[in-house]
Amino acid sequence: MPREAMDYDVVIVGGGPSGLSTAIKLKQLNSELNVCLLEKASEIGAHILSGNVFETRALDELFPNWKELNAPVKTKVSKEKFLFLSETKSLSWPTWLLPSVQQNHKNYIISLANLCRWLAEQAEALGVEIFPGFSASEILYNDDGSVKGIATQDMGLDKEGKKKDSFESGIELIGKVTVFAEGCRGHLGKELIKKFKLDEGKNPQQYGIGFKEIWEVDEKKHEEGMVMHTAGWPLDKNTYGGSFVYHAENKQIFLGYVIGLDYKNPYLSPFDEFQRFKTHPAIKKVIEGGKRISYGARALIEGGLQSLPKMFMPGALLVGCDAGTLNMPKIKGSHTAMKSGMIAAETIFEKLKDNKDLSIYEDKFKKSWVYKELHAARNVKPSFSWGLIFGIIFTGIDQILFRGRLPFTLKHKYADHETLKLASEMPKIDYPKPDGVITFDKTSSVYLTGTNHVDNQPVHLKLKDPNLPINYTLKKFDEPAQRYCPAGVYEVQVENDINKFVINSQNCIHCKTCDIKEPSQNIVWVTPEGGGGPKYGNM
Amino acid sequence: MKILVAVKRVIDYNVQIRVKEDGSGIVTDNVKMSTNPPDDNAIEEAVRIKESGKATEVVAVTVGDEKAQETVRKALAVGADRGIHIKAEGIIEPLAVAKILQKIIDKEKPELVFTGKQAIDDDCNQTGQMLSALLNWSQATFASKIEIKDKKLEVIREIDEGLETIEVNLPAIVTCDLRLNEPRYASLPNIMKAKKKPIEQMNASDLGIDTTPRVQQIKVEEPPARKAGIKVSSVAELVQKLKNEAKVI
Repeated sequence: MPREAMDYDVVIVGGGPSGLSTAIKLKQLNSELNVCLLEKASEIGAHILSGNVFETRALDELFPNWKELNAPVKTKVSKEKFLFLSETKSLSWPTWLLPSVQQNHKNYIISLANLCRWLAEQAEALGVEIFPGFSASEILYNDDGSVKGIATQDMGLDKEGKKKDSFESGIELIGKVTVFAEGCRGHLGKELIKKFKLDEGKNPQQYGIGFKEIWEVDEKKHEEGMVMHTAGWPLDKNTYGGSFVYHAENKQIFLGYVIGLDYKNPYLSPFDEFQRFKTHPAIKKVIEGGKRISYGARALIEGGLQSLPKMFMPGALLVGCDAGTLNMPKIKGSHTAMKSGMIAAETIFEKLKDNKDLSIYEDKFKKSWVYKELHAARNVKPSFSWGLIFGIIFTGIDQILFRGRLPFTLKHKYADHETLKLASEMPKIDYPKPDGVITFDKTSSVYLTGTNHVDNQPVHLKLKDPNLPINYTLKKFDEPAQRYCPAGVYEVQVENDINKFVINSQNCIHCKTCDIKEPSQNIVWVTPEGGGGPKYGNM
Repeated sequence: MKILVAVKRVIDYNVQIRVKEDGSGIVTDNVKMSTNPPDDNAIEEAVRIKESGKATEVVAVTVGDEKAQETVRKALAVGADRGIHIKAEGIIEPLAVAKILQKIIDKEKPELVFTGKQAIDDDCNQTGQMLSALLNWSQATFASKIEIKDKKLEVIREIDEGLETIEVNLPAIVTCDLRLNEPRYASLPNIMKAKKKPIEQMNASDLGIDTTPRVQQIKVEEPPARKAGIKVSSVAELVQKLKNEAKVI
C-alpha cells in the first residue's frame, strides 16, 4: 500500500535551536510559506540537553523584543571562575587571563530545553506546524537524485518487524526544500553527508560526550549567576575534557562534564569520570547536602571549521550541529546553531522567491559572524591533541595574543572511532563505587531521564555484524560500549561460560555516542518509534 | 448511540515525580504531561464501537486548566468526533468532576459513558462510581472486554479473583482497564484534521459547580528511600541475620 503523502514548502527535521530558528525566520520572511517541523521526542524540549551559558546574539536578531516576549533567558552571569584541579587541590585561574571567547559576563545561564519550548510557542503562533512524537526515519529522493523530503517511521511494529494491531504506516512529507536539524550525529544527516560527499576534503569530525546533572542545593551554597569551569583531574593530561558548574535560578546547579571522544584508553568510562569528578573537594562542597534531580547525556560536536561539511545539497540543507557549528573554545553551540538556521531560512526564502540555487547558503554562511567565530576558534581543539599543557600554552598564544588569526590551520588527524588503543596495551582504571549520595550508578541515573521505548518494537541499535562485539571488540578492546554508553545499554553477560552481547535498547537516551565511538563502526543508531527516548525537563 | 468519554491530563507515566521542596505538592513546571493511560483505552474502545457501526458519535470531555485541552485534542486525533473542555483550576476532586459530568450528560444525553478506571496522579478510582450514583445509572468498573447486546452490555471485569462477567442495562457508566485494548497511534494527518474539529469550552462555574476541594492536602512527601542490600558470605550468616537483625525467622 503506498504511503500517504503531504506537501509543504519546507520540511524541517528536528525541533532544537537550529530547526526552530529556521522555521521562525522562514515565517517572518514570508508568512504564507507552509512550514512543518518534526520532532522525535514526545514533546519539544524533551530530548534537549545543554549546559547552558547562552550568548543572545542570534536571539537578539530573531526576536529583538525577546525580553518583552518573556523568553526564559533570565539569569545573567554575575561571576566567573576557572579552576585547574589536581586530585585534592584546585588552582584558580584569573578570569582576565582567559581568552575573551571564554568570558561570559554578557551571557545568561539558561535551560536550552525551556528556550526551545518557548521558541516552539513562537513558531506555532507564526503558523509553523509542529509535530512532536514523530521521527523522520527515511530520506526520500527525486529521480534526479535530489532530496524530495522524508518519511516518518512506521508505528506499531513488533520486534520481528511484523505489524501489530496498532500499526500505523509512516507518511511522506514532501518539501520544496528539506532542512535537517537533528543535532549532533543525526542519523539522516550522516546518510546525506555520505551520499553527497559533503565532507570531501574536510577533516574527520570530532565529538565529545557531555553529561549533565541538575542539583537542588542549599541556599547558602547557591550564588545565582555564578559560572565555573574546571580542567584537569580526574582526566589524565592526554584526555581532552572539563567540567561546568552553573548556578541557575531556583537554587539549582547545572553540573556537567564533557570528555572528548578521541580518548585512547578503552577502559576509560566517561560516566564514571564524571561521577568521580563530583568527589573533588571544590565540587563536593557545593552539592553536599543537596539533591540530584536530573541526569542526562548527549554527544556534541567538537570538530569546528576544519570538520564542517558542506551544508547544502540538491533539495536540502544541513543546519546547526547536524553539520557541526558548535564553537568549541567558547563551549557554546546554541547561538551558532540558531544563526545557521536563520541563514538557511534566508537562503530558502530566496530560492522559493527567485529560484536561486541553494548553494548561495555557503556564501551567506561565510559572510556571517558564525563563520568568523568558527574561523578564529579553529586551532584550539586540535592543539589539545599535544596534551593539556601544550594545548593551554598554544591556546593562550593563539587566542589571547593573536585572537585566532594565526596564519595556519591545525588538522584533526583521526576520527574518534580510530583512536582507541588495544586493551592489552592500556592500564585498567579502577573507579570508586558510587556512594548513592554524591555519586551514583548508571541504573539510578537512567531512571531520572524518564527514558522509555514502547515494548516489543524493533531494536533501534543495529549491529552490522552481530558476532563482532564478542569475537573481535571484546577481545581487542574489552568491549568499550559497556563503558562509553552513559545509559548502560550495552552489557557483556556470561551465560554457561559463553559471552553474550546484550543491547538494552529501551534504556537508550539518544546520545549517539555508540554510533560515533564503536571502533569498527559496527553499531548504527536508527530512530526508534516516535515519542520514545528521554523525557528531559529543564535540561 | 452516542458515547461520551471522560479524559484527564496527568503527568506522563515515564516521568519521575518530584515533590516540591516545601512539601506543598509536586513539581509540574516543564514536566511532560499526557493523557491518563486508561483514558486512552476508553477513547479507543468508543472509537472501535463507532467504527463497528454500533455508535454514531464519540464526544471527548475533560475538566482542567487551559492546557487540559491538549488531552481532548489527542482524543479527536484518534477518532473522537468533537470535544468539550470545562475549565477549572487547581486540584479538582472526583466528586466535582462527577457533578460536572452529570451536567454535561444531562445536556448531551449519551447512552454510554466511558472513563479510565482511575487516574495515575491521585489514584482515586472514584469518578465513574460517583457519576453512576448521581445519575442512578448502571455501572461496570475495571472493564477488560465490552460487548454491546441490544439494550444491554456484557462486560468482563478485572477483579482480584480473576475475571467476572456481568451484564448491565443501558444507559451505563463503564470504567476501563488497561487490558481492554491496545490504543492506536494518532497519525500525522489525523492530528492535522483534529486541529479543525470543534472543542466547546465553558467554565465549571457556568455549570453552577463549585470545584473547591473538600479535602485539605496537608503535606506531600516522598516515600523513604529503600536501603541498599548487602551480600552475605554464607548460608549461616544469612540465617543469623534473618534471625537476629531482620527478626523474621
